[in-house]
Amino acid sequence: MIFVGKKMVRRATTRILDGNHAAAQGAKLSRVQVIAAYPITPQSPVTETLSEFVEGGELDAQYIAVESEHSALAVCTSASMVGARTFTATSAHGLAYMHEMLHWAAGARLPVVLACVNRAIGAPWNVLNDQQDSISQRDTGWIQIYARNNQEILDSIIQAYKIAESVYVPVMVCYDGYILSHTEMPVDIPSQEDVDRFLPLYKPHTILDPANPKNYNLVTLANPRVNTEGVLCHGYMELRYLLQEALQNSRETITTVGREFGELFGRSYASMFWEDRLDDADIVIVAMGSLAMEAIVAADMLREAGNKVGVLGLRVFRPFPKSDVVQALEKSRLVVIFDKNISYGLEGATCSEIKSALYGSSINAVIRNFIVGLGGRDVKARELVDAVNKSLLSVKEGDLNKEYPEWICDI
Amino acid sequence: MQDYYEIRWHGRGGQGAITAAKILAQAAYLEGYQGVTAAPSFGAERRGAPVSASTRISPQTVMVVSQVENPNVVVVLDHTLLKYEEVTSGLVKGGWLIVNSWRHPKELDLGGDFNIATADATGVCSSLGLVVAGLTVVNTAILGAFIRATEAVGMASIEKAIRERFSNSEVGINLAAIAQTYEITKLEKMR
Repeated sequence: MIFVGKKMVRRATTRILDGNHAAAQGAKLSRVQVIAAYPITPQSPVTETLSEFVEGGELDAQYIAVESEHSALAVCTSASMVGARTFTATSAHGLAYMHEMLHWAAGARLPVVLACVNRAIGAPWNVLNDQQDSISQRDTGWIQIYARNNQEILDSIIQAYKIAESVYVPVMVCYDGYILSHTEMPVDIPSQEDVDRFLPLYKPHTILDPANPKNYNLVTLANPRVNTEGVLCHGYMELRYLLQEALQNSRETITTVGREFGELFGRSYASMFWEDRLDDADIVIVAMGSLAMEAIVAADMLREAGNKVGVLGLRVFRPFPKSDVVQALEKSRLVVIFDKNISYGLEGATCSEIKSALYGSSINAVIRNFIVGLGGRDVKARELVDAVNKSLLSVKEGDLNKEYPEWICDI
Repeated sequence: MQDYYEIRWHGRGGQGAITAAKILAQAAYLEGYQGVTAAPSFGAERRGAPVSASTRISPQTVMVVSQVENPNVVVVLDHTLLKYEEVTSGLVKGGWLIVNSWRHPKELDLGGDFNIATADATGVCSSLGLVVAGLTVVNTAILGAFIRATEAVGMASIEKAIRERFSNSEVGINLAAIAQTYEITKLEKMR
């Protein structure tokens, strides 16, 4: 036994795990009851491992084999509505195929948790990493959390259930394909007993019961309407307002759950993003996922050269932590944002969000956006350093904004 | 002893380069290194085709997630791969090139600012019968040459990692392969 804060926790066991096995362990420790998934590279080992847990009797869950990702999420939403804790995982084209059901799960306010193993989307065909798949689903009403390493994958999945079941919004835990999914590193696996204390059993808000039949999510008209029992019910727009309100208010839950997790397990997730040396930094690198780790190496190199550089590693992308970001960037004169995605015709998604957050604030920093790492293109710390140095030159020119992002590639 | 290693493994699909990368990471963690990572080269792998993998070992958490560019150790499970430039590409000055070969390091006729170790791991595995589906599996044996050359981890940690990973019936033959390869490893330090 070790003591962390006031609470007592059992010692975790450390194993060398890849990201997919860390995700499967996270789902198992969360005592998921229904798993439905369809294999796709690089996600497949998650579902294979979970099916072995179920088959071997280590996990008391129903593993439902389906013929597509659309069905996988349809099963999860249905099972969630019946009252089960559900899990699925996918990548790239699989996530795209789930698109309709992603909207449905969020609209129906079901606390489904999904692991998205980030992979590029074709054409051209590519199985390697970037974050275009989950970024393309940002407007479906899901909370999105990005992990920097395999420990954060396991921890985030456990927290995702507590968050989802508190605010009734589904949560997508995203992690970089191959870079994390297929790379082994030490991961602390907490004891089941401790996870049970942190994450109580799921109490569903809807339970389908044949003895008491009900309808859910029927055709709902634009305006509020009196039902057959004479009760005035929300229209479509009111229900959608409540979804937005739930995401707006979920920040508090996300950080509280992250703090509680830290108190029990010694790893705190009390902030919406990771801060590295932002206290005295006037140059800030922004990155999301594993690239936020590589960015810390780049910051080390830039600091050695005498620059005051910090890293803002985005963890929660939806809800986007606007006011927190503004606060964290207060001292910056240059913000260099690296995106492993792009909203074609505009710029990287995290860049747009940060610019939007800064509107109306007193921060007038130079902002540069670099598109990197698409389709598995390796992104090295020295390349991040070069991009920051290049951006520093344009600070001198007083050029605050560029109309379009720069790309780190051979064109 | 240096404390940060970037190791790149080259083999052919089926030889177990990726497993070797993982066993070494596990052994290094057991040795007391806090930061270890092991990764295959990303993408598709095919039996017989050239594959690579990497291991990083550090006293602190490894923050680098990009691919190894300048390894200080390169391990080659199949000497016929030496004809490809990318095998020794980026190997740092004073680093180690470790090759599964019956030749003496000098006979490999490789120019370069690095040390060379050779061991006939294939011969060791054939005589022990460490053969799976007709292929000698040299990935554990070559670890013997690795620890002999680099002294990055001790035999005790390697043995512990092997015992954690393999079933009881497989442990003995793999440990024998490692020990025998360790003994026959020939070292040639750069001048």
